[in-house]
Amino acid sequence: MIEVQDLTKKYGELTAVRNLSFKVEQGKIWGLLGPNAAGKTTTMRILTGYLPATEGKASVAGFDVFEQPNEVKKAIGYLPEVVPLYPEMTVAGFLGFVAEIKQIPAAKRKAAIDRVLKSATLEDVKGRLIKNISRGYKQRVGIAQAMIHDPQVLILDEPTIGLDPAQIKEIRELIRSLRGEHTIMLSTHILPEVTQVCDGAVIINEGRLMASGSLGELTATLQARDKKGGVVLRVRRDAAEAVGLFRQIPGVESAVAEADEVRLEWSRDRDLRDEVARLAVDQRLGLLEMRPAALNMEELYMKIVSGGLGQ
Amino acid sequence: MRNLWSIAKKELGLYFRSPVGYVVFFIFLLIWGFFFISAIRWFNDYSLQAAQNPYYAQQLNINQMVLAPTFQNITIFFLLLLPALTMRLFAEEKKLGTDELLYTSPLSVAQIVGGKYLASLIMLLVMLALSAVSCLFTFLYGNPEIAPLLLGYLGLFLMGAAFMAVGLFFSSLTESQVVAVIVPMGLNLMLYILSWAASSASGLRKDVLDYLSFLQHFDGLTRGILDTKDIVYFLSFCFFWLFLTHSVIQSRRWR
Repeated sequence: MIEVQDLTKKYGELTAVRNLSFKVEQGKIWGLLGPNAAGKTTTMRILTGYLPATEGKASVAGFDVFEQPNEVKKAIGYLPEVVPLYPEMTVAGFLGFVAEIKQIPAAKRKAAIDRVLKSATLEDVKGRLIKNISRGYKQRVGIAQAMIHDPQVLILDEPTIGLDPAQIKEIRELIRSLRGEHTIMLSTHILPEVTQVCDGAVIINEGRLMASGSLGELTATLQARDKKGGVVLRVRRDAAEAVGLFRQIPGVESAVAEADEVRLEWSRDRDLRDEVARLAVDQRLGLLEMRPAALNMEELYMKIVSGGLGQ
Repeated sequence: MRNLWSIAKKELGLYFRSPVGYVVFFIFLLIWGFFFISAIRWFNDYSLQAAQNPYYAQQLNINQMVLAPTFQNITIFFLLLLPALTMRLFAEEKKLGTDELLYTSPLSVAQIVGGKYLASLIMLLVMLALSAVSCLFTFLYGNPEIAPLLLGYLGLFLMGAAFMAVGLFFSSLTESQVVAVIVPMGLNLMLYILSWAASSASGLRKDVLDYLSFLQHFDGLTRGILDTKDIVYFLSFCFFWLFLTHSVIQSRRWR
């Protein structure tokens, strides 16, 4: 539904997006995950036709973003990072204006407005001026305007930023409820948003693609790319004391005590499990448990953000 | 065309959802009334003198003595007032981030620029229509000619449209409404007073300055002379600035 190929965007000297390629299938919710300034907003602006790309190709709903911008604009609903609202308009008045410029025929406009008021639960505030409603409502008006022409694709730039936890939950539920009917791409810099809402993600950092795929695939590919191997041990003796002993094994790069566990790391090209076990037994540490220390998604993401995980 | 009207309708609505529309109308009518009454009073005094002097009486002309001076005076005020109608048209969209909504909707740049300009023209037309009430009084108590009156209004409309085309352009360049109001004021004033410079120049320089000056083209119309040269001047002036505005918005796609 969304296809990006070798997309590059330069602002003068600065390269915001480099050779980005990814695909989003129809009916899926896909996250565009990356730290601030990773190029998420730029990518979305290119997809929506707000900005031209320097190089590369992008297509949405089968239309080329650069060749058929109007067709693409009709197929996309877009919530920019800064929610585009006219403070002096009422909620319903604003949605009416958006319905007009999205070229919904006059006869269908009222039904379209009622539909999005209902699905974004805005009925209570529809007559109020936008400047007088809360941040959470404004965000929902933003999502409502994106959905008003029932687009095939929804592009939401940081839809939950600046909201309180209850509002974040509401917005996430709203987005989840749209799965299936719409293909959704949302950007975020927080991982839980992806794991809770999305089917998959494209992870970018400094404008480069780090990984993409469904949630399951992502963890697997990133783990495979992690250059560190290691184990987590539980021993009867004091963990802090054991750390000192494990450090003496040649090849162990780091040993840290985490609560009552010891985490050991070494380069992936070797396997020190034998040595570790032998030491634990020889020193009578009272080995209770030893398991491979696979990083979870959160840790993997942190590694990407800090630049510790290559492509 | 429908999209253009959607944009225009939205802009007209916003003029009246903020105080801008009301304030502009109020101040305009206040100043118009002041100029009009001043002209009437002067005409009144002149008429009294004319009653004793048949030579003066021949010269009495309500078009030339009341309406034309009012039209000319109000153009000075237009210089200051009309940029206030155009300043927010693009600058505010940029500030609010709503430009992103417009440019990602299936609208052409021409429709956006045209819709916004149309809204400001409608505001100008309504202002002029409201002011016409005072002209009706001259028909009650005198017998002015209708053609110079209509041409005078045409001149006011064209000159106002020209001021606003400049205003629209500067609004498209900046996020700051203050810049978008001050620069067109200055530029319009420069073009307005070019005819002063023309009066002391000679030869080709005088011709060029005269042609560029607003006043030169406006004067003819208030005197009831319809010259296509003047109409072409104003229309091409508006088109030039609208074209520049279109290019500025379009250039987002080149960067």
